[in-house]
Amino acid sequence: MGARCSAAAVRWDAGASADVPERGRLVVDAGETSVGIFRIDGALHAYENRCAHAGGPICQGLMVPRVVELLDERRAIIGSAFDETDLNIACPWHGAEYSIRTGRHAGKPAIALRRIPVEEVGGRIYVIA
Amino acid sequence: MDLPVPDLPTRQAKRRAVQEITIHTDTREILANARRDTERFGLDSYYIVDVDAHHVELDSWSEVLAHIQDPVLRYNAQAIARNWPYAGNLAMSNHAPGLTMQDVAGRIPHQAQLAEAVPPIAGEHRDLTLVRRAMEAMSIDLQVVFPQPMLGIGMHPSAQTETELVLAYNRWFTSRILPHEPRIKTMLALPFRDPEACLRTVREFGDVPGVIGFLVTSQRQAQVNSPGYMRLYAELEERGLPLGFHAGPDYNMERAVNRFLSVHALSFVTCNMVHLTNWVINGLPERFPKLKVVWIESGLAWIPFMMQRLDHEWLLRQSDAPLLKRLPSEYMRDMYYTSQPMEVTDMDLLQSTFRAMKAETQLLWSSDWPHWDFDTPGRIAGLEFLSEQAKRNILGENARRVFGLP
Ligand code: FES
Repeated sequence: MGARCSAAAVRWDAGASADVPERGRLVVDAGETSVGIFRIDGALHAYENRCAHAGGPICQGLMVPRVVELLDERRAIIGSAFDETDLNIACPWHGAEYSIRTGRHAGKPAIALRRIPVEEVGGRIYVIA
Repeated sequence: MDLPVPDLPTRQAKRRAVQEITIHTDTREILANARRDTERFGLDSYYIVDVDAHHVELDSWSEVLAHIQDPVLRYNAQAIARNWPYAGNLAMSNHAPGLTMQDVAGRIPHQAQLAEAVPPIAGEHRDLTLVRRAMEAMSIDLQVVFPQPMLGIGMHPSAQTETELVLAYNRWFTSRILPHEPRIKTMLALPFRDPEACLRTVREFGDVPGVIGFLVTSQRQAQVNSPGYMRLYAELEERGLPLGFHAGPDYNMERAVNRFLSVHALSFVTCNMVHLTNWVINGLPERFPKLKVVWIESGLAWIPFMMQRLDHEWLLRQSDAPLLKRLPSEYMRDMYYTSQPMEVTDMDLLQSTFRAMKAETQLLWSSDWPHWDFDTPGRIAGLEFLSEQAKRNILGENARRVFGLP
């Protein structure tokens, strides 16, 4: 599903800075565009609430750290673990996972969410959609 | 980080009521983006038939058990449900533990359960509201509703229990659900390990409004070419009722592959491959030429593979399958297939598949809602290589013709 641009961009007041705590989220409707805003290591990331797979509401999905597999020196799998440094968002329609920090699919980075411009000024969060 | 242009007009965005979709979220909110697609593609003007969707019969298990005809089996099942911890929704069933892997550990909540609020409607089962909500969100005109764990009943250790539970479910569904919503249709499951009971099932339910065909829940050891089934096929052919094969997972496959992804990717397809091979190679299309057969829930990529593989073998080993008067692929092209889960990772291959299977006349759109790999109608509407008429056919007109729908 390709990214779509609004005909005429509008700046939207999405909420207060406190509405998006660290590793938290805020999903808003900015006119016709639904937008999810996330905060990782203090920085805000905003994406259209539309999964690159089939248009599902990606930003309303489960936030879960990336799963990695652990290999020993023989390269045998000895277990799995969560990579707490890479928080993913999982699409509630079919499960596709994206890194919240990059907006890119956890397995195939060429697949990406549409990033929405976001800024934080005077304790408010703004997005352009 | 992109920064906004500073002097744009500022408006107030609206916080969405649902920040995270969970098992408690309303179906219409989960499918809100599908509703948007409906508007984008103008799907409200299409006649849309969903040939494969589900409700969860274990939610109503005590009601189903009450419909078991054999008094001793009914007593036993109800005693188990009453006395064993957690057995109220499971007694006598063969609910496979692997089913709980489908939601990818909470990542796909609607697969685990639709625990949303449903205001009681006098005399109506809750599932009716759930089905209506999904139909509304996806602009579906008619939906073929199947059970869920019951699809694995063919692997039940007891053949008698399979027969009794299938018949109990059929009685329950045709009294509690089907008469209350004319937009719901079904292909009722056959108690397939008992050919005589299959025949009785068709005769008992074949004229019930809303029953538009019958179904083999297909994970099972039985071979569809066994002589005992011939009267069943003849009866269905005579009545003009399609026979569906609904694929399912084989959790025993975990002996051969070690992850759920692998079990799911393979067994939902090998299920239909096995039965279709027996169906074609044993000449059943020659013996029952008017019987319409529908292969459900294996996606599409397997179809050109099977066509090539069976054609190749039959041309070299014709004496192994002498009833066939045409290539296996030609029989396959006379049969019908549901679309979900449609593989869309290589659009050239998908287009070739559509051509190979004559999708314009043979493909039936299906959602498989509320399962984890469901498809929306937008999946078909968004295919650029399809003509407008082909989209209309696949989304509903083919089903109208196959099932004789209004
Ligand atoms: S729409 Fe997101 S995983 Fe399918």
